Amino acid sequence: MPTFTFDLNGETVTVDVPSDSSLLWVLRDALGVTGPKYGCGVGVCRACTSHLDGAAFQPCTTPVADCAGRAVTTIEGLAAGDTLHPVQQAWIDEDVAQCGFCQPGQIMAAVALLAANPHPTDADIDALENVCRCGTYVRIRRAIHRAAGS
Amino acid sequence: MEITRRRLLAYATATPTLGIAVRLAADLGADDPAGAQIAGIVDFTDALTLAALPTQHLLVVEVTAAGRVVARLPRAEVGQGITTAVAQIVAEELDARLADVDVELEDARPELLFNQLTGGSNTIHALYGPLRTASAHARARLITVAARRWGVAAGRLRTRDTAVVAPDGRTLGYGVLSAEAARVTVPAVVPVTKDPADFTVVGQPTTRVDARDIVTGRARYTQDLVVPGALPCVVARPPTLGGTVRSVDDSAARALPGVVAVARIPTGVAVVAESFDQALAARDALVVAWNPGPSAHLSDAGVRSRLAAAVPAFVVPPLGSFTVDRTFDFAFVPHAPMEVLNCVADVRADRAELWLSAKSPIVAAQTVALRLGLPVDQVTVHEVRGGGSFGRRLFFDPAIEAALVSKAVGRPVRLLWTRADDMHHGRLRPASHHRARATHLLGNVVSYEHRMGSVTLDGGHGLGEILTAVGAEALGAVGPAMFQLSQLDLYHFGAQTRLLREVDLAFPTGSWRSVFSGQVRTVDEVMVDEVARTLGRDPVAFRRARLRSARLRAVLDRVASAGAWGRPMPPGTAQGVGLHEEYKSVVAYLVELDARDRARPRVTRAVAAVDVGRAVNPRGLEAQVQGALVDALSFVLQAGVHIDGGAVRESSYTDFRYARMRDAPLAVEVHVMPPTGEPGGGGELGVPAAAAAVANAWARATGAAPTRFPIVES
Repeated sequence: MPTFTFDLNGETVTVDVPSDSSLLWVLRDALGVTGPKYGCGVGVCRACTSHLDGAAFQPCTTPVADCAGRAVTTIEGLAAGDTLHPVQQAWIDEDVAQCGFCQPGQIMAAVALLAANPHPTDADIDALENVCRCGTYVRIRRAIHRAAGS
Repeated sequence: MEITRRRLLAYATATPTLGIAVRLAADLGADDPAGAQIAGIVDFTDALTLAALPTQHLLVVEVTAAGRVVARLPRAEVGQGITTAVAQIVAEELDARLADVDVELEDARPELLFNQLTGGSNTIHALYGPLRTASAHARARLITVAARRWGVAAGRLRTRDTAVVAPDGRTLGYGVLSAEAARVTVPAVVPVTKDPADFTVVGQPTTRVDARDIVTGRARYTQDLVVPGALPCVVARPPTLGGTVRSVDDSAARALPGVVAVARIPTGVAVVAESFDQALAARDALVVAWNPGPSAHLSDAGVRSRLAAAVPAFVVPPLGSFTVDRTFDFAFVPHAPMEVLNCVADVRADRAELWLSAKSPIVAAQTVALRLGLPVDQVTVHEVRGGGSFGRRLFFDPAIEAALVSKAVGRPVRLLWTRADDMHHGRLRPASHHRARATHLLGNVVSYEHRMGSVTLDGGHGLGEILTAVGAEALGAVGPAMFQLSQLDLYHFGAQTRLLREVDLAFPTGSWRSVFSGQVRTVDEVMVDEVARTLGRDPVAFRRARLRSARLRAVLDRVASAGAWGRPMPPGTAQGVGLHEEYKSVVAYLVELDARDRARPRVTRAVAAVDVGRAVNPRGLEAQVQGALVDALSFVLQAGVHIDGGAVRESSYTDFRYARMRDAPLAVEVHVMPPTGEPGGGGELGVPAAAAAVANAWARATGAAPTRFPIVES
């Protein structure tokens, strides 16, 4: 099988898997990185949202081959040691989570949004596609505004 | 039901550290739940609490030598926040720091009988008293040991921050007292629970105890667990609901890389492979001929007409212009939790071990044992945190499947339903047809009749056994019994009747957050608005004058004032209100709806007021009330599924249009009312009232009450 080398949360990893393997299963099952969740496998629910070279993407619809030589960041790579990323802290401060399953993806989507747009309006936040079946949207919105310092 | 005059007997378990359980012997007779007659049960909450009562003495609160307080909770945590609330209750009565309390989900314990079913928003209502009692007993023993060591009268000692405190300020942590406390048979202080006026933890808005685990990705769900050797597994499923395999050619699938095994099971054809990618590819390569399922002749129109034909007739004849008659239809709605159904199973010749999030793990263990031909005590079901449920995880379909596959292939498996599997075969809130008739004279409603025809609700997850245990089997099948136990009259409307007629159309159904109330109360509350409109009365004032309870009036008044009821709104937008009472709790919502684009209506703002008797965690309750509104606006406005020839048309969140951020209100203000009693339920409570408020706002914004749900056809 071919090998693929990429940066994962600041460390170089090499995996030996079929080239059409989806990154989600490579992360979860080959590398034991389980923060990104399977919610649909077709890029719709976005529970697996992570970053590829800093931009939000869905590992479930990304072949591992597309990640070779690039930087993948999952929820596990967001905090600096014990110091949470401000968006993670905002999520705790607003007590956003209910079941929590979608929240790693929600946080990664929010981090990407704020990187591109440090002070998003409500209309900007409305464009987030991530599904939360517990309906935590009101608190997600508040957490994003809080993290933006607005 | 009266369980307040309880007799308390506590015992320390024979463990090296303090483990306290509590025995409650109520007047009803703790060993004779069937002795309680249905007449003593006011509602479904009473039924569940009563069924749990005989085994409450098996609940355990433990203090470890390391000073951790461990409560083992025989319930499922699926996002509703009970682990946080239970930690608060235990911390309160033990005077432990909240951070020192661990709430662990209990494996299936068959000896708990009916006390390990998570449903009916009953967890806190049923466990609040027993947990407080157990914790108070543990605290009394810890004090007793500290008094001995210091030679100080026990009555002079206090407890604080997981430690006993002497009058001179010395402290002894619970951990160092635990072993000796386990041997205390008669504590030196009377173990009494606190006066709620002295609470410092219960009643305080508290962030989830697992919030940090969740935001760092450390929270572990079933598929995140490491079970050595467990291989990915998916199942090819029939194109129609309940279809079966006629024949299968798996030669192409078996030839694909990574494929370990293919196994036929009653629900389809399972593929086990080295990776999920390989399992999914092999599943696609299977050539399966399917027999149609039992409802393959039915589509939406056929379901609707069957339900309409089944609805019982009204008793009260129409009174000409003094009658308001309406009909309503609700589509099937899937639960669609974010975490799809899944299970890890390791079945050996003589035993089985399973991991999943199950709301009825005892019945799951019993069923798996039966299907595998094993004694039930050789089947272990580990309870894992769940990624949402909304009723879905009352059923444990993936446990049966995973157990059968593991047995067939001789390997542990990690069985996963895909999202499309979940949409196509997941259980459904039953579709229903409703007819309602109100008659009025001189401005008052003098009769109200509501007739519901519903696809049969499947309660085959132990609910029927519970209802039988408390003597409620006289109410009939599970659906009608639950229906009768959950529908309360909110108003003085003269003679009122609500009847359910179930029609068995062989669809896989299940309780969906608030069960029948989601539809029933929506219809009732739309009817209230319709009668008020007919009479030219303001909907809030009309309700207020006829409400049966002061608690309901209080929440209505609160939303009306906080939500500025009656404020001027632009054309095409409107406010709406809805009320609900269930689970010993009441709630009101006032929503504002923008329906100027009829194809994309949006609830822009909402105010809710909620009285659950006593909110253990107001912050968690607020979350439930907010989330319930999102559920409600989804199924009222835009989210349901279609049936085409016995198959669910939708296959993902693309076409099943559960709300996204752009559909959710910008702000939801939740007023948690001051305590009025003991804790009731709050998890499902909001759904019916919120749905009613959204439906009424639609009627007022567009000038026509909705007659079918979801309102926006897709």
